[in-house]
Amino acid sequence: MSVASETQSQALSGVVAAPLHFLMGALNAPMVFIQKRFGIGGMGAVFLAPNMLIFSIFVLVPVAINFAYSFSGGMAIFFGERHFVGFEQYQTLLTCADYTQPATCREDAFWQSIHNTVFFVVVQVTVLVLVALVTALVLNREMRSRGFWRAVFFFPVLLSPVVVGLIWKWILQRDGLLNAILVEYGLERTLWLAERNWAMFWAIFVSVWAHLGFYALILLAGLQAIPRDLYEAAMMDGTRAFRTFWRITLPLLWPNLLVVITLVLIRAVQIFDEAYVLTGGGPGTSTLFITQYIYETGFAHVLRNLGLASAASMLMGLVLVGLTLLQLMASSRRNREGRA
Amino acid sequence: MNAISTFLLRRRGGKGWHWTDVLSYLWLAIGLFLMFGPIVWLALSSFKTPANLVEFPPTMLPLDARLANVQGYDKPLPLYRVKQDDGTERVLAQVRRVGLMAQMVDPANQGELVRVPIDKRSPEREVKLATGNYTEPLQQFNFLRYFQNSIFVTVMATIITLIVNSMAAFALSKYEFKGRTAVLGIILATLMVPLSVIVVPLYLVVNEMRLFDTLWGVILPTVATPTGVFLLRQYMLTIPDELIDAARMDKASEWQIYWRIVLPLAAPALAVLAIFSIMWRWNDFLWPLIVLSRKEQYTLQVGLNAFSGELNVQWHYVLAMTVLSILPVAAIFLFLQRYITSGIASTGLK
Repeated sequence: MSVASETQSQALSGVVAAPLHFLMGALNAPMVFIQKRFGIGGMGAVFLAPNMLIFSIFVLVPVAINFAYSFSGGMAIFFGERHFVGFEQYQTLLTCADYTQPATCREDAFWQSIHNTVFFVVVQVTVLVLVALVTALVLNREMRSRGFWRAVFFFPVLLSPVVVGLIWKWILQRDGLLNAILVEYGLERTLWLAERNWAMFWAIFVSVWAHLGFYALILLAGLQAIPRDLYEAAMMDGTRAFRTFWRITLPLLWPNLLVVITLVLIRAVQIFDEAYVLTGGGPGTSTLFITQYIYETGFAHVLRNLGLASAASMLMGLVLVGLTLLQLMASSRRNREGRA
Repeated sequence: MNAISTFLLRRRGGKGWHWTDVLSYLWLAIGLFLMFGPIVWLALSSFKTPANLVEFPPTMLPLDARLANVQGYDKPLPLYRVKQDDGTERVLAQVRRVGLMAQMVDPANQGELVRVPIDKRSPEREVKLATGNYTEPLQQFNFLRYFQNSIFVTVMATIITLIVNSMAAFALSKYEFKGRTAVLGIILATLMVPLSVIVVPLYLVVNEMRLFDTLWGVILPTVATPTGVFLLRQYMLTIPDELIDAARMDKASEWQIYWRIVLPLAAPALAVLAIFSIMWRWNDFLWPLIVLSRKEQYTLQVGLNAFSGELNVQWHYVLAMTVLSILPVAAIFLFLQRYITSGIASTGLK
């Protein structure tokens, strides 16, 4: 780190810490008292306590409750007023005459959302990973104002999903910019968000737009870690660019790429915010995704069905745990190879 | 001439243009257009008047009627370009419109009112920023309140996150105690448990704690971030234990060691976490959407969504407020880009 950035970081930590300084000093007396009681060895648990307390209340307990609720029925909110129904909620969700036809399922919206999500995940992950890879390769080249170009691709990552959804809703609306450009070239206006296939297309496009910079950055870090002399050696041997990519770049980038693929997968399965603001799940249920289904079943409908929503989120959680294991395997492999 | 073109087209490598260079710059150009275009368009649109906004095809720049002060009239009058019968054009100010006829007056030379059919006149317009789009929603609607709520949530959540996460990270990196591995395992396991999976029971817990529809109900569930604990712990592991032992020799209390020695040394990691926390909390949507039900409690994101979901979307307000909501994030990005990119590259968190 350069001297400039060190002063910057000190200034930053000063801004963050200054209001806390007083608080931290004031806390010393009670903490000394506690230390006298528990001894130095016991302080580990004391320091851990606040975080674990909040963590238990708002993460661990909810996971346990979710499990319990998915086996209960009724409209009541409180657990005491609900009755045990065994696997009934799961049965409702999973009963289907033909799994490829959501309309034949008992809970057809759930299956429609699964179909939509699977389609979304397959297309979005493929496109996003490819586009991020190309962007990282381009940004890794020697060129002027690299920082600027990196910022161009990265900036949308910082925008909130609501803002992303609103910006594109504004561009895609009936009298929006895109239709104006089309009319200018003599083409017809299209109601982009009111036609099933286009709505899905834009849901995918917008989510790629919003997250591209993030993954390109991770891949860029991976590319920069590849030793330069490998490329110099390849150049001396007169290796063609494509072969260099195939034989040097891709194998050495593969661990990073694997991490990116699993991260994109995990996040694509949970797609909600941008799509919800952009299309609201419509037209009809053509862009209804699983998270939105859970949200609407549990909260938005007048007859909130918490049991069904819990069961659906348990199923989604199962899928995500599987994907997370995949991710951990990928990153542990990356670490192993990084050390080797 | 040739020298100039070689200078302009010279690249760092020297040896002229390779086809991959052409493709790269093409990719960058398309990227610039697609990634920045929408944001520029948003910013331009946010300064348009409602009438200018609904125009089709839309104008590039925000345009509004040119006004002129005419003697004898209290308010400035809009100017129009009028086609006269003899084919010449002149600029007149419109006093009022009656049916299909407009009563107009020459702004420079007030004489009698001229009656002009409205299809013979076209408005004179100039680039003008409709700043009312920004001031009105803050005054008439609850947007100022939404901003305050968002700032409160972001600041409180970030401070608490930094304190409790760094305490936990300190414990997990510098103490030996029973169950340490178990705790670390649990934190790692939940690193990826998404909010969307536990949103139903979380709602019940928050409800039970009487935090429903309060800003604390938005803040508290988010502060014990496993990612933050993990990031800080990894950093604190690099702080030498000898420093801590030396401080103990000097009779420093454990708490003093934590905030006088370990925290300052972990400042770079804390800065990264602070930036991320600010971005996360400022942009949160699903959880505030569920917890907050009264309009006075809305955060900016929930307010924006509600405002744009209304039957009659007042786009001129929505766009202006969207731009305002981006500004803090843009400022952070401009000044702290280095931390954000290095943070992402080293941890893969977001």
